[in-house]
Amino acid sequence: MASIDSAETGFSTDLPPEIAAEERRAPGSGPWRIALRRLRRNKVALVFGVVFVLLVALSLSAPLYAKHIAHTTPYKNRIADTITVHGQQKNIVDFDGTPIGPTWTKQYFLGADRNGRDVMVRLLYGGRTSLLIGFGASLITLVLATFFGLMAGFFGGWIDAIISRCFDVMWAFPVILLGVALGVSLNLGGITVGPLSLKGGSLWIPTIIIGISYVVYLGRPIRGQVLQLREKEFIEAARAQGLGPWRIMFSELLPNLASTLLVFFPLIVANAVLLEAALSFLGAGVQPPEPSWGVMISEGVDLLTTAPWLTIAPGLMLVLTVLSLNIFGEGVRDALDPRAKIRMEH
Amino acid sequence: MGRFIVRRIIGMILVMFAVSILTFLIFQVIPNGDPAVRMAGKNSTPTQIAAIRDTWHFNDPIYEQYVYTMKQVFTGSLISYSDQTNVWQEIKKGLPRTFALGIGAAIIWMVLGVSLGLYSAVRSGGFSDRLLTVLALIGVSMPVFWVGALMSYYLGYKFGWFPNGGYTEIAQGGFGQWIYHLILPWTALAILFVGVYSRILRSNILDTINDDYVRTARAKGISERQVLIRHVLRNSLIPIITLWGLDFGLVIGGGAVLTESVFNLQGVGQYFAEAIGRLDVPPVLEVTILGAFFIVLLNTVVDIVYALLDPRIRLGS
Amino acid sequence: MTEPILVIDHLKVDFQTDEGTVHAVDDVSLSLAPGEVLAIVGESGSGKSVTAMSLLGLNRGPNARFTGTAMYKGTELLSASNDDLRKIRGAEIAMIFQDPMTSLNPVQRIGDQIAEQILAHEKLSKAQVRDRVVELMERVGIPRAAERARSYPHEFSGGMRQRVMIALALSCSPNVLIADEPTTALDVTIQAQILERIKDLKEETGTAIILVTHDLGVVADIADRIAVMYGGRIVEQGTVDEIFYDPQHPYTWGLLGSITRVDRPRGERLPSIAGLPPSLLDPPAGCHFRARCPHEFPKCLEVPPLEDRGCGHADRCWLTVEEKRAKREVRPGEIGLANKEEVAPV
Repeated sequence: MASIDSAETGFSTDLPPEIAAEERRAPGSGPWRIALRRLRRNKVALVFGVVFVLLVALSLSAPLYAKHIAHTTPYKNRIADTITVHGQQKNIVDFDGTPIGPTWTKQYFLGADRNGRDVMVRLLYGGRTSLLIGFGASLITLVLATFFGLMAGFFGGWIDAIISRCFDVMWAFPVILLGVALGVSLNLGGITVGPLSLKGGSLWIPTIIIGISYVVYLGRPIRGQVLQLREKEFIEAARAQGLGPWRIMFSELLPNLASTLLVFFPLIVANAVLLEAALSFLGAGVQPPEPSWGVMISEGVDLLTTAPWLTIAPGLMLVLTVLSLNIFGEGVRDALDPRAKIRMEH
Repeated sequence: MGRFIVRRIIGMILVMFAVSILTFLIFQVIPNGDPAVRMAGKNSTPTQIAAIRDTWHFNDPIYEQYVYTMKQVFTGSLISYSDQTNVWQEIKKGLPRTFALGIGAAIIWMVLGVSLGLYSAVRSGGFSDRLLTVLALIGVSMPVFWVGALMSYYLGYKFGWFPNGGYTEIAQGGFGQWIYHLILPWTALAILFVGVYSRILRSNILDTINDDYVRTARAKGISERQVLIRHVLRNSLIPIITLWGLDFGLVIGGGAVLTESVFNLQGVGQYFAEAIGRLDVPPVLEVTILGAFFIVLLNTVVDIVYALLDPRIRLGS
Repeated sequence: MTEPILVIDHLKVDFQTDEGTVHAVDDVSLSLAPGEVLAIVGESGSGKSVTAMSLLGLNRGPNARFTGTAMYKGTELLSASNDDLRKIRGAEIAMIFQDPMTSLNPVQRIGDQIAEQILAHEKLSKAQVRDRVVELMERVGIPRAAERARSYPHEFSGGMRQRVMIALALSCSPNVLIADEPTTALDVTIQAQILERIKDLKEETGTAIILVTHDLGVVADIADRIAVMYGGRIVEQGTVDEIFYDPQHPYTWGLLGSITRVDRPRGERLPSIAGLPPSLLDPPAGCHFRARCPHEFPKCLEVPPLEDRGCGHADRCWLTVEEKRAKREVRPGEIGLANKEEVAPV
């Protein structure tokens, strides 16, 4: 209500509610259209939305860059090779193990890592991996949290009791410890459940671990919202029409959860990307030689004193990605549901 | 109150039971090689391996192994696979370090988060508010291990202002050295939370300031400062304080693993990280259970404190 | 007549919003004599609450602009510094707000909230304050006052909370009491009790009261004079008898028609005023009531002046007195706008 305005404009500038109500009565505009209009006015959020899209596009173009510009792959070691930079011949990796710094040319634009691999190429490929895991994990979170939140909130009773207790256990689990334990263990041996088989080192492993880790943070608010919605008249009406529970859940309740899900999604992706980096840093996420930003930071830290760009470059990409998602996400939240209090754990 | 605490303690026990089973199963179900083979070393005979299996109860049915292990956990006699040290003794060494890191960081992020959030709200819409918002969002977006690594490289290694990682006991180097070694880890860990807390407090204050009772308070003729402190800030702080407890639990219960590793503080988190690298199940198990214990404990404390701060909250409902 | 205690002269209040300037109050002049009860009546958005809040500076802010004057005992309230205003708030002019459920701090004890106001203006010992609080609470009819002073607002019913608000307002024996819709949020039976209490207190203390309400029925037996507001302007003011028995403005006729009356024939539809109040963002030219008025004629495109017809009974309508007599279907106390009934309300 009126506090939306004051949040933007400042201290105690609250309009009398009657006038605020007047103002809100824009003719013929549904909630989605109002949200879109608000988002369009939020230039900062839009700019960072574009930045994020660019980062995604850049990461997706990794193979093109590798093939046509850098003429290498993210895995190709050239420890003993030399290259010519501005007419000077240089070792890609020096005899003391220090890799070459940024050349700002097509090859080794951002320098090499300790195995003589092209950092720029790995950075783009790593972005692809990190974003893939971030999106994949967030989709898993979204689907599972919505499903369990809906079930628990709608059916109540023993179904709710079981799901809520599971949420309690997950809530109490030290997420990062669980992730690390699972990650290390799975990556070593892989796992086979029925027809599904994951080899150690598969990207699915961190994706699934991260996806499950965040279910409780979204599942609990969804359950709460369903509990409230369940008492509303339109659900009564749907029941009275004889609609089955599944029909009510998916065609009546789900659309009403859409704005919550939309608000949460960018923020979950941001946190998933961060958690991927953390797991990879501890050796429990993406496994080398596969590049991801977390893996690159973890490898870079060992050479921090001689080659700090190996740590700085992937870190900056990571921060930029997460920052643009956070700012865009806040814009979406302000546009859709300014009162929503959203909080995620790292 | 009494009934609530009893119920919560039962709940805590059940949750920790579930956590211990889950963690135990992770290492039993997922194939990760035979610990007996790893323990026996490269040049071992099948007889030696069989002997190890026998002494470590690896041949027992899984539930018996679980009971056996849990007994050891609670008697403090669990032994590490890889170096045969007592796990509880190792954890006891690490705990003061983890607590020193967690408590110091929690104080820093609370103080900074509240002051910046309050300042941001009072100046809301202005330049300094926008600047703080941007800084807070950047803080929230930075991975702690990356910040920590850069800090210890630039401030520690390159400029030499701070020690390059490590921990000094108060008994050894005195209070000054202890703080000196912890400043960087505290800061690195606190950055994220300062961002989160200042943003939440800011939005709480801006919500509260439009509440009717704040208008009532103004109409009483008390000063704006009193309105702000007694009504706006006091009411906006309640959710922040409960959050503080939860986050402290998370940090102590494993959240500090990255910070400890980056700064080489040798706390419980780092002990965990090193143990998992060796696939040393007992330390992993015990640290995880301990972490869950702190998280659940702080959750309960937070609920009680919340009820004390806000008379509308009834315990147990 | 005695010297008025409060004189509002050409008060204008504008709020800057994203959509444009909201002209919430447009040229309002009012005066209040000591011990008098002045009712300001109008629908939501008419500017009546904004007028009341402006007197205590409760809606000040960077986006609000006030022009005109409001003189209270030699102090001009609109331009007074916050410090000067603070001494008046609570001590000289006190206010009761609309919603007792939200107007008290939920985490502070009732007694402390009353004591806070007393201590802001008077130097008293703890015991003295406690006694005064209990005495005040007893005076507004709260049973077991000493004990209940230690309760929190959520332990009180709506009616009891509004009594607390009255006790709070009276705690420093103010000269003027502003009651902003004091009964709107309450049950009908409680409404009567609260009004009765306000009336008694007025008789006991001689406090002048400004009663802001949308319900003409509420003011009939408590007010001395009535000012009817519409679209930010006063459209008619006069004594209670003048307004009820000789209403001049077509809007007042509408308001009087929509009072629920026991003596109305059963089954008859309650007359209502068709259409919506004007947008204060972009108010129509001329008379604000024009769009909803059944008697509109070309002259109404000019703003009618608030014309005094002698003895303080004034109205803002271009119709002549004779035309008005002819057009309102005279039945004192029950006047509808029958000829615009077929226009369906939006």
